[in-house]
Amino acid sequence: MRNKFMAIVTVCMLLLVCASGAFAQTLTIGLKGEPTSLDPHFHNVNANNEQAIYVFDKLIRQDERQKLMPGLAVSWSPVSDNVWEVKLREGVTFHDGSPFTAEDVKFTIERIPTVPNSPSSFTAMVNAIKEIEIVDPLTIRFHTEGPSPLLPRNLATFNVVSKKYGEGATTADFNSGKATIGTGPYMLVEWKRGDSIIYKRNDNYWGEKQPWETIIAKPITNDGTRVAALKSGDVDLINFVPPADVAHLSKDARLTLAKSPSTRLIYLHLDSDRDYSPMVTDNDGNKIKNPLKDVRVRKAISKAINRKAIAARIMEGLAVPAAQMVPEGYEGTSKKLKPEAYDPKGAKALLAEAGYPDGFKITIHGPNDRYVNDGDIAQAIAQMLTKVGIRTEVITMPKSVYFGKASKLEFSLMLLGWATDTGEHSNCLSALLHTYDKDKGFGSANRGRYSNPKVDQLLEEALVTVDPKKHNELLIEGVEISLGEVGIVPVHYQVNVWGMTKDLDYKGRTDGYTLPRHISVVK
Amino acid sequence: MLAFLIRRISQSAVVLLVMSLLVFVGVFYIGNPIDILIAPDATPAEYARAVHELGLDKPLWDQYAIFLKGALHGDFGNSFVYNEPALKVILDRLPATLELAFTAMFIAVIFGIPLGMVAGMKANHWIGRNIMRFSILGFSLPTFWVGLMLIIIFSVQLNWLPSGGRGETVMLLGIPVSFLTLGGLAHLILPATNLALFKTSLAIRLTRAGVQENMQMDYVKFARAKGLSETRVIGLHVMKNIMIPVITVLGMEFGSLIAFAVVTETIFAWPGMGKLVIDSIGVLDRPIIVAYLLITVTMFIIINLIVDIMYSILDPRVRLGQER
Repeated sequence: MRNKFMAIVTVCMLLLVCASGAFAQTLTIGLKGEPTSLDPHFHNVNANNEQAIYVFDKLIRQDERQKLMPGLAVSWSPVSDNVWEVKLREGVTFHDGSPFTAEDVKFTIERIPTVPNSPSSFTAMVNAIKEIEIVDPLTIRFHTEGPSPLLPRNLATFNVVSKKYGEGATTADFNSGKATIGTGPYMLVEWKRGDSIIYKRNDNYWGEKQPWETIIAKPITNDGTRVAALKSGDVDLINFVPPADVAHLSKDARLTLAKSPSTRLIYLHLDSDRDYSPMVTDNDGNKIKNPLKDVRVRKAISKAINRKAIAARIMEGLAVPAAQMVPEGYEGTSKKLKPEAYDPKGAKALLAEAGYPDGFKITIHGPNDRYVNDGDIAQAIAQMLTKVGIRTEVITMPKSVYFGKASKLEFSLMLLGWATDTGEHSNCLSALLHTYDKDKGFGSANRGRYSNPKVDQLLEEALVTVDPKKHNELLIEGVEISLGEVGIVPVHYQVNVWGMTKDLDYKGRTDGYTLPRHISVVK
Repeated sequence: MLAFLIRRISQSAVVLLVMSLLVFVGVFYIGNPIDILIAPDATPAEYARAVHELGLDKPLWDQYAIFLKGALHGDFGNSFVYNEPALKVILDRLPATLELAFTAMFIAVIFGIPLGMVAGMKANHWIGRNIMRFSILGFSLPTFWVGLMLIIIFSVQLNWLPSGGRGETVMLLGIPVSFLTLGGLAHLILPATNLALFKTSLAIRLTRAGVQENMQMDYVKFARAKGLSETRVIGLHVMKNIMIPVITVLGMEFGSLIAFAVVTETIFAWPGMGKLVIDSIGVLDRPIIVAYLLITVTMFIIINLIVDIMYSILDPRVRLGQER
């Protein structure tokens, strides 16, 4: 097997030398996560969504920086406040040769809310659509309940399946490959659970020519094993290189690394709503009124955190200090907000001004198996807060225990992460900082229960403003107000690292996906 | 024998019931799986829908009753994560784990017993002493460290063997196995060796102790006096006697090989049940966790039963029906 592979590689190299532009054959990639299913609508989680784009296409694609670009749709525009018209690409066929039409889009959107037992579906992405009108086989109109400026963003989250194969298909039919017939660049050959997923190139693909004939995606969850697999040549490329291995891998002459900032924000949520918070006491251990309600205390906490030190030492350089919820350059990001500078003196002064010259006691909670170095970050923040007088204890726990407790509001100060799949700011604003409102569906991840009616109003207005410029201005104002009041404390964005053999080139993506279409052979 | 079997089976049923209750309640109290499974930006309505669909809105006792009813019909419920019957998901992974465990056991037996016999007969010789030194290492080195060392030496440095995964498989009686292809065998060697290390040491020590003890016995002296060759004395008479404890212990250890190959499977990305259960615990996929633990318990029960029966065959003084 190995020798055969080496032989193939050698032959390919020779071919490359003889005729530049020849395509290599097999790419083996080691991935940290394995999809739970190949049904693209069953479980909205990164590992699944990533594999789905191998086989399927989205109406609207996201580029490496998550800007929208045409996919199966060539254009999308509002015809009125409540109607979006989408023109579909001509001449696209599914893997079996049957043509792609508006019927498939309609089927997909109607299927999404009906997938049984889905632990996390895409229903929220299509909820706004009230009626789907097929104008002609390549034109489709979405009638929405009210103005829906985010519809294109939402259409860029899910993949389109074939009506012919999807009708009546269960999740198991997608896993076995029976219904896994897409329009995408690769066709599923076989999924050996826990071992590998094998794809072969779709030579009739409408999009860019694919550089690889066969893709073997291997899930290797253990970080050390994934790195060893790359070093031993078992795989050609791995994702999520652990920070601790970056230094020694970059010294290896046979390998190259690619780094890309991600949209994964690490932040602190603080209980800024209740009069008494469960994990706050005075220095003697007596219950006190919740100091986190005071914006000066929240500012002091933000100032006490040395983001540069965390990025440099704990994250080994693989983090970018953050000022807001989405990195600069994305839609709805403010140009005014800058990462809070480390200022322990300023923090102490603010605490004294708020009436806590001697500080208080608090416990910071965090997961220890969810984000890169999450436990260590919590420890570091605790030390920094203790330095300015807030005596901070740390409790970390596995994510399986942590998130349930955090949602039940059992914590006062907690370390969390947020990745913006839609690539813009309204999604974070409505989940993290809008007042918690179960009925309207806002604030679902607002575990600090920050609330400001002005922010709510700005966001809600933005969500019905179709004009992109106006929409963005409203969002930016909402972001500036809520982060000005330290509704959350942004810490940093994670930087993702890919490792590959010297002859490969991959730049990485902000959403962390490993997409073969961008992995090329260095000429 | 029949009475013994009936008693054992009814005892086992009680054990399984108690076990299922403990596991179910335990997993219930760790947390709500939906908090991990659901997309963080899901709306409360979507959250409520998912909770309802997975049956997590029912009280603990209702959930347990539903589970128990299904389990009696062989249905352990659908995995939350894979949306397929939990039993099927586990049984899909079982061949890989069994293959690994059998190979490890095979290695332990073919190396452990002969080495143990040598160590027993040449206890004061340098060979015997070195075998014992090796067995101490086998006992005391942590599995994950040895695993990583094996990968670093044989995959990364020497580039002889693959670092992980299962390689090619072929169908044998409808079950995918990898030991029949060269590629598959190459993938099997390192994880099986890693898993076998502890058991080999165990076999060495048990055999050595057995040999040393039996060599002092009268029947050995008598056999020698009768003029039997040394090979026959050791290969037949001594061997038969030392096998009793070795089979008992290795039999029970075999269960733990299957159930706790977790570390090795994770390090070598081996697609077996151990890796599955670790992943499932991470996301609180309750049906898989519960089904896995019940399967494990059942397996231990069956293995113990087989060990007891083999024991009685090897040593006729042991009568199964009369243990009170």
